[in-house]
Amino acid sequence: MEKRIYLDNSATTRLDERVLEKMKEFYFEKYAVATSEFAYTDGIEAKEALENSRQIIAKKLNAKDDEIIFTSSDTESSNLAIKGVVKANKDKNKNHIIVSKIEDFPVLNSAKELERQGYKVTYLPVDGEGFVDIEELKKQINLNTLLVSVQHSNQEIGTIQDIEQIAKICKEKGVIFHTDATHSFMRVTLDVNKIPVDLITIASHTIHGPRGIAGLFVRKGTKIEKIMDGGFQEFNLRPGIENIPGAVGFAYATELITEQENLKIKNLSDKLIQKIENEIEEVVLNGSREKRIPQNANISFHYVEGEAITLHLDMHKIAVNTGSACFSKSLEGSHVIMGIGGGHERAHGSIRFTFGRFNTEDEIDFVLDKLKYIIKELRKLSPLYKGGK
Amino acid sequence: MSKLPYSEKVLEHFRNPRNVGKIENPDGKAEEGSPACGDMVAVYIKVNKEKNTIEDIKFESYGCASNIATGSIITELAKGKTLEEAKKINWKMAADELGGLPPVKTHCAVLAVDGLHAAIENYEEKNGLIKNKEKTTQDTVIKKLKHVMNPMAGLDIVRTNIIKEIKIEEGIITIIINLPSNHQFANTIKEDIVEKLQNLWDIKEVKVLFSD
Repeated sequence: MEKRIYLDNSATTRLDERVLEKMKEFYFEKYAVATSEFAYTDGIEAKEALENSRQIIAKKLNAKDDEIIFTSSDTESSNLAIKGVVKANKDKNKNHIIVSKIEDFPVLNSAKELERQGYKVTYLPVDGEGFVDIEELKKQINLNTLLVSVQHSNQEIGTIQDIEQIAKICKEKGVIFHTDATHSFMRVTLDVNKIPVDLITIASHTIHGPRGIAGLFVRKGTKIEKIMDGGFQEFNLRPGIENIPGAVGFAYATELITEQENLKIKNLSDKLIQKIENEIEEVVLNGSREKRIPQNANISFHYVEGEAITLHLDMHKIAVNTGSACFSKSLEGSHVIMGIGGGHERAHGSIRFTFGRFNTEDEIDFVLDKLKYIIKELRKLSPLYKGGK
Repeated sequence: MSKLPYSEKVLEHFRNPRNVGKIENPDGKAEEGSPACGDMVAVYIKVNKEKNTIEDIKFESYGCASNIATGSIITELAKGKTLEEAKKINWKMAADELGGLPPVKTHCAVLAVDGLHAAIENYEEKNGLIKNKEKTTQDTVIKKLKHVMNPMAGLDIVRTNIIKEIKIEEGIITIIINLPSNHQFANTIKEDIVEKLQNLWDIKEVKVLFSD
């Protein structure tokens, strides 16, 4: 293959050219800041574009227009959700927060930061497929519990949580519920009229939209305060000049996602999983087979280490991700794979393949072909491999 | 050609590692690291007893590219050398021979060299050069800690002055590291220290504390 094969779409996606085209107008023509309706024409047009984008995105969640806050990233959205709720509810003397132990870093490290400030944090265990223990959640919620944050789907293994049930439990107990939907937004249906969730982190860069823009759904009536100081933008929750080209691009990116595309992507990941399981011995699928986001396939290859696999694949122009310690910036193995009880070795040998709009079926056969050879060669080297079954 | 932070020589040894596999009935063998750390090297040697040289050497690796490449390079460096010469091979020589390693990957070179030294030690122990069990002192601990890398610098934690204090009391070693506990590399340094010290015969427990 001449061109590179990109299978790291959960890290980020390639921007769709059509999105970029839509955005250009707001860099070169309607580039004014969004002003009030009593200012000049350029500003009013910019404001209209911003509100129109907000409306488009709100509809995708079945939310009201003014329940979407634009932020700079999914990281910022989750920080605002968690720290903003804590800040606004200081008077309640509730000092307990619950998160799942396989959350992505924005939620996990926000919780850890609050823990350092004196909050009590419960890290909910998950089962072997990554599902949060619902009974444990019920048990852990007490009168001091202010907030629960459980992701909609997992960043590494793609497991989709039963957030409907979690949201209902939280609502019943009067606890605020946030979910990080960075990897599921537009790929899995999420309807805020059916699910009583209070806050949702949504992302643009994972759906072929631009970076530097993301959103936070804030249900009307949720007690939350801004965590950065500045102007009064975004309903006084997120100061700073609005990223209007970003918002326009984000909104258009949501419009370009179809049910058909999600099916196509699911077919690709299903096919890769099936082929790997059929043609390579001693592999294990990480996460849930049924309840997984369509773009995700995460597989551990026993006896070999992930960075060696990714580097070999890279030499064949294939980009994937791994939960191996060697790949991570902190030199620690994936907390997700270890969280599902996979142990260090399964974490180090895990490879995450994530698909997007621009992947094709031909690529799957090429990847499988290379992978078979690489795993065989690396196992020959491995002191842990005893020659197979 | 490559945008990766590895030298051409590292990549070449990664693609085509030398002296791979096991030696049947080796004169010395050792395994360093563990699957838990994500890095493991096994070294096997055959010794020419008349010349006291390493006649044959093979290695196996479970680990990343630099682990494989350093395993490969130490076999080339050690082959044909006398045992005394081979003992003098250090991680710096292995890294230099490969055209350098990224700082966060230097621990791989340490692991490979430790594997080589441990295989020689294994041979010497089997052949009557048994060492006395010495009591663990500050010096023993510091010597061991010179094999724990500081991933920020690519040098060991002793040389980079991040050890604040070492205490040895009734079989418990307590080490205070001059980093906050939420530092990016805090956990990995802690695990590495525990791994290097926990097998000392007179040590029951290793505690690693941070500056906060």
